[in-house]
Amino acid sequence: MALSNIFDIAGSGMSAESVRLNTVASNLANADSVSNSPQSAYKARYPVFQAVQDALTASTGPNGAADASVKVQGIVQSTTPGTASYDPGNPLADANGYVYSSNVNVVEQMADMISASRSYQNDADVLNTSKQLMLDTLKLGQS
Amino acid sequence: MSVNLDSYLGIQPDALEVYSQRADVLAANLANADTPGYQAKDIDFRAALAAAGQNQDPGAPGASSAGGELQPETTSPDDLTASPPQGGVSTQQYLKYRVPLAPSLDGNTVDSQMEESAFAQNNVRYEASLTFLEERFGDLNTVISD
Repeated sequence: MALSNIFDIAGSGMSAESVRLNTVASNLANADSVSNSPQSAYKARYPVFQAVQDALTASTGPNGAADASVKVQGIVQSTTPGTASYDPGNPLADANGYVYSSNVNVVEQMADMISASRSYQNDADVLNTSKQLMLDTLKLGQS
Repeated sequence: MSVNLDSYLGIQPDALEVYSQRADVLAANLANADTPGYQAKDIDFRAALAAAGQNQDPGAPGASSAGGELQPETTSPDDLTASPPQGGVSTQQYLKYRVPLAPSLDGNTVDSQMEESAFAQNNVRYEASLTFLEERFGDLNTVISD
């Protein structure tokens, strides 16, 4: 039954979006972190999404190739260089008095957060509606 | 007088099947709304339903052993699943890629708002088909009980 695939698909979408929300939370929390070298400074993390053809639904499903759920293929770190600022009073400052802050762009992260939350809501909505449709179908002919 | 349940219910069961598969495709689009390079798909509903209607010819579904009109004779547990590729509705060949209104840089062609509204529309039609079926069964009940 095709409707039951939706639970897997929307569920995978919600799971992927929650990973994205997690990375946003991590990035925002570390937006002001500083470090004593450019290498050890916090780098913004981003999940890489990938569409997957579930082996099970692809072989047995009525329209196999259509049922693409989504998975997080990996997390990549941004390579944008962070900023160095002169702050000799900071205990983390290096020999020249510089501290190196993270390369997190807070505005971008906020936009990313809203996008992730909207997508999550969409998936939750799809899940709810499909559940309702299945319940209605189960009650067919009982009234 | 006999009533052929398939012809009595008309096109609604097929429509229900196609609607549910379309919901499947739209859900996949929405789940992949942020996947780079994912291309949104949809079912050519008119063609799929037309083909589904033709599939309903008596004798056409995978009735290898039993002839005539009384086909459902389950000989193995697998028969219960009424696999769509043989008997029911297969919509695979009616899958089409959507023409994107505003393709994004990462190659993703899902427009969440469009998909969401298509999904809502699809659901309303599914409910409508269900209501029609409901009334058909109600009529049958009336005939049986009165």
